[in-house]
Amino acid sequence: MAAQREMASNRETYGHTLLSMAEEYPDIVVLGGDLNVSVFVHLWRDKYPDRFYDFGPSEQNLIAVGAGLAASGQIPFVSTFSVFGVGRPFDQLRVLVAQPHLNLKLVCTHAGILTGEDGMSAQAIEDLALACSLSGFTVVCPSDSIETAQVVRAAAANDGPIYIRLARAATPVIHGQDYKYTPDRSEVIRQGNDVSIIAMGVMVSVALDAADLLSQSGVQARVINMHTLRPADEATILAAARETGAVVTAEEHYIHGGLGSIVGQVISQNHPAPIEMVALQGYSESGKPEELMVKNGLTPEGLRNAAEKAIKRKRG
Amino acid sequence: MLATTARAQNITSRNRRSLTPEYSTEQLESLAKEVRRDIITTIHNVGTGHPGGSLSELEILISLYFGAMRHDPNNPSWPDRDRLILSKGHASPGLYAVLARAGYFPREELSTFRKINSRLQGHAHPMTPGVEMNSGSLGMGLSFALGCALAARLTRKDYLVYAILGDGECDEGEIWEAAMAASHHKAGNLIALVDRNRIQNDRFTDEVMTLEPLAAKWRAFGWRVIETPGHEFPPLLDAIARARRGRTKPTVIIAHTVKGKGVSFMENNPAFHGRAPNDEEYQKAMKELA
Repeated sequence: MAAQREMASNRETYGHTLLSMAEEYPDIVVLGGDLNVSVFVHLWRDKYPDRFYDFGPSEQNLIAVGAGLAASGQIPFVSTFSVFGVGRPFDQLRVLVAQPHLNLKLVCTHAGILTGEDGMSAQAIEDLALACSLSGFTVVCPSDSIETAQVVRAAAANDGPIYIRLARAATPVIHGQDYKYTPDRSEVIRQGNDVSIIAMGVMVSVALDAADLLSQSGVQARVINMHTLRPADEATILAAARETGAVVTAEEHYIHGGLGSIVGQVISQNHPAPIEMVALQGYSESGKPEELMVKNGLTPEGLRNAAEKAIKRKRG
Repeated sequence: MLATTARAQNITSRNRRSLTPEYSTEQLESLAKEVRRDIITTIHNVGTGHPGGSLSELEILISLYFGAMRHDPNNPSWPDRDRLILSKGHASPGLYAVLARAGYFPREELSTFRKINSRLQGHAHPMTPGVEMNSGSLGMGLSFALGCALAARLTRKDYLVYAILGDGECDEGEIWEAAMAASHHKAGNLIALVDRNRIQNDRFTDEVMTLEPLAAKWRAFGWRVIETPGHEFPPLLDAIARARRGRTKPTVIIAHTVKGKGVSFMENNPAFHGRAPNDEEYQKAMKELA
């Protein structure tokens, strides 16, 4: 039975966090693409209209203008939906942002199947694969509202391009107010030595529930919140492989090019161990977010089964 | 030969934004001929590159770097500098040759173009002193230039931003996204210059994609349009001077140019969009440019 947790909207947290940084960072300028209420930058637009530009749904232009602002010393926060902010202007991200390593902050919401009823075209399930393929980009998928606020603040403080992936739906709050996010270090959120579940985003809370299920049969699962895919915290991944001998990856993203691919790459090259990957196998469909999670196996039970399989493989 | 570097520095040291050039037309024409030789030599030297568009854009570049622009070759990242964004980044030999003459880097470095360990990449990249934007994928430069122009507004600076676009490049949808956005956001400090040489990669622009009525398209997008011959300095400089006046809407200068200008067998010849001259062609070109 899943733990009851408070729910919070990470995109709303993003909008408020941005607002809270306005005085501290006079060089922040916010760019939107006609989805400003949905991505919560309307808060900034209404308070700082001189530091806000709307470009309508013209995402190639949106990213490229952001690059020009970044090259001129501004700190552009560019926000739209993940499908429009990463996929559509991929070439602009590659040529104008990644290759010259400009200080552009791409914060997109409505990623993954939690977008729900809008259906497969609106559900970015390949955004991490695209973003992780951009050399020099930092790629972060916060696990809850508490972490989102700190990720956004760190993005403003640190130089360089970053993609931050947020969902449309409210997600469980798994951290206390005392949580301290460290950009280059994954969080071991639950200790255990029988198997490791490496998760990101909303799947961290699902992984915690899976660990509860596993403990009922005496299996102690380590749960790792891998909030940052690029650069990957290889030390924490390898410690998991070494110390627990079996790994499950859990992501609300396509199985190719996301968390599973990265963890698999790190482990296979350094300390081979059985890995089970829980991820989307392809495009999804319209439906309620929770229905889509169940249909795609992104559940505590799904993770438990994967963990048991991984453990069996290490013994075999 | 002109003491061009010293003169350029002299201009910028006084923060001058000239409305009339200090160089005589004859001096600029003589410089253009020398730079044409540099371009052909640079491309022939490595055996690859884009001569056609480098030759067609040349007078535009010289008008900017030796006339209109406020810049300092000794301080390429000077925050108050006017910016030149080469959106058609394949025409980098033209830009490199002019930047070298202006004093951004030694002219001898042109011989490293497109070779390993060089600062002079095949398509212009900001690793080269004086280059503002990475390039090679068409259609992006006007948006990037708009970003620079909006940054001037945010930081209360009075610099101007110039963007050189290819005419074939105007097939890209992003050009028109940027055109719409620049007029909507009243970027009066943004000046686009279309190198209207009527030839793109494969063939003549009319054969690939109809652009006309090009001026009417820009006007419809809210831009002020100035048309000018693209290889004569007095009208070009005058067009740029007119574009600099007024600050409410962006201006596009459609410069009517000739692809491959200055080398008879390259002129108006689609074959030389992206091909280097062979040894025989090189000798012939250099003879014509003597």
